[in-house]
Amino acid sequence: MILQALTLTLRLAVTVSFILLIVGVPLAYWLAYSRRRWKFFVEALVSLPIVLPPTVLGFYVLVAIGPLSPVGRWYQAIAGHPLAFTFEGLVVGSVLYSLPFAVQPMATSFASIDHKLLDASALLGASRWRTFRRIVLPLGLPGVLTGFVLSFAHTLGEFGVVLMIGGNIPGATRTISILIFDQVEALDYAAANRTALLLLALCFAILAALYGLRKRAAWNVWGWK
Amino acid sequence: MEMSGAAAPEAAQELSVRIRKSFPSERGSSFALDIDFTAAAGFTILFGASGAGKTTLLDCIAGLQTPEEGRIAVGQIVLSDSGSGINLLPNRRSVGYLLQTLALFPHMTVAQNVQYGLDGLPEDEREDRSGEILALFRISAHAGRRPDEISGGERQRAALARTLVTRPRVLLLDEPLTALDAVTKSQILDDLRAWNNQHRIPILYVTHQREEVFALGENVIALDAGRIVARGSPHEVLQRPQSETVAQLAGFENIFECAFVANHPEHGTMTCRVAGSTFELEVPLSRIDRSRPLRIGIRAGDILLASSAPQGLSARNIFPGTITSLQQRDVMVVAKVNCGAEFEVHLTPAARETLHLESGGSVWLVVKTYSCQVLQDIR
Repeated sequence: MILQALTLTLRLAVTVSFILLIVGVPLAYWLAYSRRRWKFFVEALVSLPIVLPPTVLGFYVLVAIGPLSPVGRWYQAIAGHPLAFTFEGLVVGSVLYSLPFAVQPMATSFASIDHKLLDASALLGASRWRTFRRIVLPLGLPGVLTGFVLSFAHTLGEFGVVLMIGGNIPGATRTISILIFDQVEALDYAAANRTALLLLALCFAILAALYGLRKRAAWNVWGWK
Repeated sequence: MEMSGAAAPEAAQELSVRIRKSFPSERGSSFALDIDFTAAAGFTILFGASGAGKTTLLDCIAGLQTPEEGRIAVGQIVLSDSGSGINLLPNRRSVGYLLQTLALFPHMTVAQNVQYGLDGLPEDEREDRSGEILALFRISAHAGRRPDEISGGERQRAALARTLVTRPRVLLLDEPLTALDAVTKSQILDDLRAWNNQHRIPILYVTHQREEVFALGENVIALDAGRIVARGSPHEVLQRPQSETVAQLAGFENIFECAFVANHPEHGTMTCRVAGSTFELEVPLSRIDRSRPLRIGIRAGDILLASSAPQGLSARNIFPGTITSLQQRDVMVVAKVNCGAEFEVHLTPAARETLHLESGGSVWLVVKTYSCQVLQDIR
């Protein structure tokens, strides 16, 4: 039972963190460099999941992807089954929930790059895309890695959003944190302890690896102080 | 459109700039950059105090900032023209711009930095061109190092090589050498001159140091508050400045607000009275607008001091006065002398010894007529 929940949780975290890598990098780039007046609006929106109770976010996502919403109906027409209470539904909710954890470190590290370097790149004939690939991405890499790992770890431990959107279906939506909740409700404290310890160890290992990597990245990837 | 790859060394292209742009000054008020000039191949020095608009001007030429109105062109190629709505992006202008901070890419080696602008050329040509320019600027030995592993002068050379390897149409240098010692500075300038003897492009060199103006000097454009206040050879602009801003930059320690009193055409002089006093100076007869305020600039090093009333001198301005302060700065003694108006006088420690000068003592002050520079801002 633990193994099934663990595999599911890892699958969810991997999927979500990769999606956030693809979505987060351009979004962070935009947040770091855009001069639009309404940028603050997007910034606030992206940061919302940090302060919002997961139940609130989960509730609205559930409504948004439910069979009564256009998105839910559209998905059902294509996939043949509803989005709510499925693994795919969990992915949608988790991506939104972990978004700030991916985007914020990325945007911070992009914004901290000396703007004169970007000017210098343009003056040497480079397009924006080339400047992004050759200057922004390599110099912002520590932030990108941090965002990737944080969103992975954050997804591992999420509970409220999963419960609201996914419910508690073994193999489809029962993640480790839900399993612990189940075990405690069943008064099986010994099992709950084992599961909780596993999650604790896993999250700690990831964060330890992240901070260890960041220190080395400061030498290898960044290479300049 | 001609790109950086196709160099045309023999066709020297003139840079023409006409710009209007309002921008906030460092003092918080805003004023307009309003400039019109052309620069032929070779060095043109842009000289002015900080906040005069020098960097904004370069940014406009490079396309990092957009002027409200105007036209910038190199030869036949229009970089921006508010009339026809042309405004090329910085990466399409082929303008070499050495930023004040150099902005070398910290995560790349010197060679990678230099080859950055050669994207699109075949590998072997990139190698050839970067090898050539690294040799010319004497940094081949550091090709494999990162910017933080080389000295300030070497970084300067690397940044210059990175800019020039793209064979720009025009080169903009924003106070590039201010932080370097005189020897390193002149070596780099020699190498830059050697490069430009081959390529013959206009080079705009921004500085606020008067020594640099004389060292580089072919053409000088003096800027103040966004306008050109003087233009010519370093000698014309700095030795005989017409404007007070240039005078201050050129090192006139004494500047007096004056009123015109009388002409003495028979002496070739005129008398001016320092405002708010009865103190009068005899200065060279100059063409001035008598209705507008006028200033007299005198270099502190051009004033003589004497311990007793001097006789048999050609100088027409001889005044008794009192030393109000004496300070030693390095190998120079700075004396403040009050003789109706306060003068700053520079002399050697030896002169102080010989004349037994001390604060509070009496002294005679001697100023040649031709050491008095008449200044009136051109409007």
